[in-house]
Amino acid sequence: MWHRFVDLLTSLKLTIICLAAAMVLIFAGTLAQVHLGSHEAQQRYFQSFFVWWPPDSRRLGIPVFPGGHLIGAVLLVNLVAAHARRFRWAWRKLGIHLTHAGLIIILAGGLFTDLFAIESHMQLGVGDTKNYSEDARRMELAVIDTTDNSSDQVTAIPDNILRQSRAIDHWSLPFRIVVRSFYQNSRLRILSETGKGAQIVVQSAPRATGIDEHDVTSAAIEIIPKHSGTSLGTWLVSDGLDAPQTFSCDGHNWMIALRPMRYYKPYSVTLQKFTHERYAGTEIPKNFSSRVTLTDPERIVNRDVLIYMNHPLRYRGETFYQAGFQKDDQATILQVVHNPSFIAPYAACVIVAVGLLVQFGYHLVGFSRKRRTALA
Amino acid sequence: MKRYFPWLVLILAVAWIAADWRAPQVQQDSFDIAKFGKTPVLVGGRVKPLDTVARNALLIIHSKQQLRLEDGVQLTAMEWLTDTMLNASVADEYPLFAVQNGDVLGLFGWEQSDRKYFSFSELSPFLQKIEEQGEESEKLEPAQRSAYQNAILNLRNGLVLYVRLKNSVQPEDARNFASELQALENSLPVAGKATRQRQTEENFDKAKLGDVAGKIQHYEKLSAMAYILAVPLGGPAEEWHSIGDSLSRSIESEEIHPVVKDYALIGDAYRARNWSAFNQHTNELETWFAKEKPAATKRSSFEFLFNRFQPFSQSMALYVLGFLLACGSWLGWSRILNRSAFYVLVLAFAVHTFGLVSRMYLQERPPVTNLYSSAIFIGWGAVIVSLILERIYRDGIGAACAGAIGFVTLIIAHHLAGSGDTLEMLQAVLDTNIWLATHVVAITIGYSAMFLAGMLAIIYIVRGVFTRSLTRSVADSMARMTYGVICFATLFSFVGTVLGGIWADQSWGRFWGWDPKENGAVLIVLWCAIILHARWGGFIRQRGLMIMAIFGNVVTSFSWFGVNMLGVGLHSYGFMQKEFPWLVGFIISQLALMAAASMPLGRWRSFHDAAVSSGAKRSQIAAWLSPSQTAVQ
Repeated sequence: MWHRFVDLLTSLKLTIICLAAAMVLIFAGTLAQVHLGSHEAQQRYFQSFFVWWPPDSRRLGIPVFPGGHLIGAVLLVNLVAAHARRFRWAWRKLGIHLTHAGLIIILAGGLFTDLFAIESHMQLGVGDTKNYSEDARRMELAVIDTTDNSSDQVTAIPDNILRQSRAIDHWSLPFRIVVRSFYQNSRLRILSETGKGAQIVVQSAPRATGIDEHDVTSAAIEIIPKHSGTSLGTWLVSDGLDAPQTFSCDGHNWMIALRPMRYYKPYSVTLQKFTHERYAGTEIPKNFSSRVTLTDPERIVNRDVLIYMNHPLRYRGETFYQAGFQKDDQATILQVVHNPSFIAPYAACVIVAVGLLVQFGYHLVGFSRKRRTALA
Repeated sequence: MKRYFPWLVLILAVAWIAADWRAPQVQQDSFDIAKFGKTPVLVGGRVKPLDTVARNALLIIHSKQQLRLEDGVQLTAMEWLTDTMLNASVADEYPLFAVQNGDVLGLFGWEQSDRKYFSFSELSPFLQKIEEQGEESEKLEPAQRSAYQNAILNLRNGLVLYVRLKNSVQPEDARNFASELQALENSLPVAGKATRQRQTEENFDKAKLGDVAGKIQHYEKLSAMAYILAVPLGGPAEEWHSIGDSLSRSIESEEIHPVVKDYALIGDAYRARNWSAFNQHTNELETWFAKEKPAATKRSSFEFLFNRFQPFSQSMALYVLGFLLACGSWLGWSRILNRSAFYVLVLAFAVHTFGLVSRMYLQERPPVTNLYSSAIFIGWGAVIVSLILERIYRDGIGAACAGAIGFVTLIIAHHLAGSGDTLEMLQAVLDTNIWLATHVVAITIGYSAMFLAGMLAIIYIVRGVFTRSLTRSVADSMARMTYGVICFATLFSFVGTVLGGIWADQSWGRFWGWDPKENGAVLIVLWCAIILHARWGGFIRQRGLMIMAIFGNVVTSFSWFGVNMLGVGLHSYGFMQKEFPWLVGFIISQLALMAAASMPLGRWRSFHDAAVSSGAKRSQIAAWLSPSQTAVQ
């Protein structure tokens, strides 16, 4: 039994099956991007162990196809196991070994990236300074204690907790938060402006799929102080509402806002100037660039940096690249990526390329030698 | 005689090309439109000769490179543009705009008839309507537009381009433009003085300034219309102005730019049918550019020659000839036809290379910058590998592949060129020669090799199933070739894909984003890996290898074009929709070939006849098709 399992695990057939499954998955996942948008399709097809049907995550589904993580993991195990079992050192096998070693690095690096990389963005108007970036896909309910004038204390509740739980109890808050309703994506409308019916209407909307679209998440939350148990009222919090809302409880002043999840950094970035060049006489963009000042009190850094196409800023494990701009060229959007395993593909590319060259070169030399003797 | 036949074919082919490359004789008593066409201008962010502007504009508006008038006279693109720019009232009568959509005709109250082309004068009563309808259509995403909406939008865009061309070097209603400018120049010092006085709030000559200001306003309107920027600024600055713009600035500089004056004189001479004055002022314009803008002039005149030679059309014809000769060599006269095919193909390749390198020189870029150039380069890469195979095996197979792939890729390129300038400026993110030269080139060579492997497999299947010419030695050597080419494809596809990831990491901070184009590339790598592993594991033999290589065509065409039709992702600089039926047709044809290859071996003509003649049993046929141990392991 064990032997048969090991045979299966190290077999070439399993490799081919995995590769073929990967092709089917990638093909399906690519087509799915048209309707689901690239982020959702990625989550469902590539960054999962199974592709589920029906796709709605809240209901029970059946796995219809292995997902990217499963195929990748099996391929990785297959590769490592096959080599561990059959590895025999020979010069003529050098190319094969190098190629596969490189592939192991790529697969492992890819898995690592999926697990640990964080993508967010930073939107800056000219003159703005920020020490955080925002996640366009994930929201948080920020509950801020503004009583102290010198500093705010922020308690951030991620959107997946809002979605799942009805009541949230946290030690730092003197009240419970009860989620009355939650909309992953919604439209806010004002139907009337005066009288008793004057309020914002929330309509549920399907998930945003376009590259430039994003969900407007909304929720109705009720604040219930822990000591009295009498509700202070229900608030509508939404990404679509501009200003945060305030209330007081237990002698403290509070602010609540549903906003994109923030990643704070030990340094700050200030936009000095944003430039958008076009080719003469056309609307074709020639270059976008942002001149920013990077300030890091911890490391005593204060310098100007130019971020432009194909020339990102790399600082303290994060990469800032020029991703877009706001209308009228008045604000820049920098994508901020934290990817601890970014070096893996560089190394792997070189190793695999050398491996393939050695392997095919070896064949070619053998072939031409044979041919020469055949002709002679 | 037979010995010299290949050389004879080569000499004839060279003579045919040389005939096209010889400069045409300019007739003494006529307008030298060709020379006028060499004049450099700035359009679409790039300095190019007027001739290129003419060809691209006519291609956009009329979908052809020539204009046939109702009386049967053929106008070259440059002749048409000269009329449009300098003698608009004549050009307005040319049957230029294609209107075929019944609903569009209905909008004008016209019935559908045999007439396909309509003139500007005929359409001018409906300009307002066309503009409104076109604007509505433009708001929709391309995929959502109906046939009518597409047609009206195309017509609108064509009309806008036409009107802008008419107002590019002079106002369309200009008569004696040169004397008008002379009068303006004479009044400039006074007007300039008045302007300065106004700024310092002294008394100034209102009447004089008002007179000039009226004219200047007129030119400002002209500059808003202009499509062509014809006036370079002096000095090293790469800034160009339109004629209208230059004129409206003349009040500050108090002089009129010599290029503006030259264009005015050329226009007046053209309308007066005074060919000697036209030629004289065209010469003056050429001399001015040669002196003031030597680099731009050199590049433009080269592009002008490039336009006239049409190297890709020539090599297309030669590829067909080479392919036919190579196929003929399998039927008889093998060595001679084979050699002729090789010579012709080398010539075709040389012309192809000339075209490719010329484009690189003109654009100052690595060879692949858009879909059009990827087609040119895929063909080029596949042809060079095929010719090397032909050199090694000398059996006509490499030559046939070179001819077929060269021709097909150039035809594809020809059809991709419909949208205008194929040397367009690059989107900001592509503005990097290092990555264009490495990632894009490696990926494209990978495509070339995949298509070549697929072509070899097609030849193998067609020869095996439908003819008797697939002998054992031919089959073995074709299998070796296919296998080798797939290895080559694996190497380049893999390296290209990973380099793409590294580019993405360099500029976007992430190595892999599951973008459709990235996925397409990795599909090719995976398919190569499957073929190689299936072969090493002994799961497939010769026939399996061939069937899988043909499926490689499907995978590669999806990666090259299919993903662009999805309309999502970051590689949006190559989106396309209309070609979808072609892609489907191609995929079906490949699947049909795979089905043909899956027929029992006894049905293959080559093996059926061989089996009968040698009395071999089926098991022996199968043994032929097993990977021969001596060949590749």
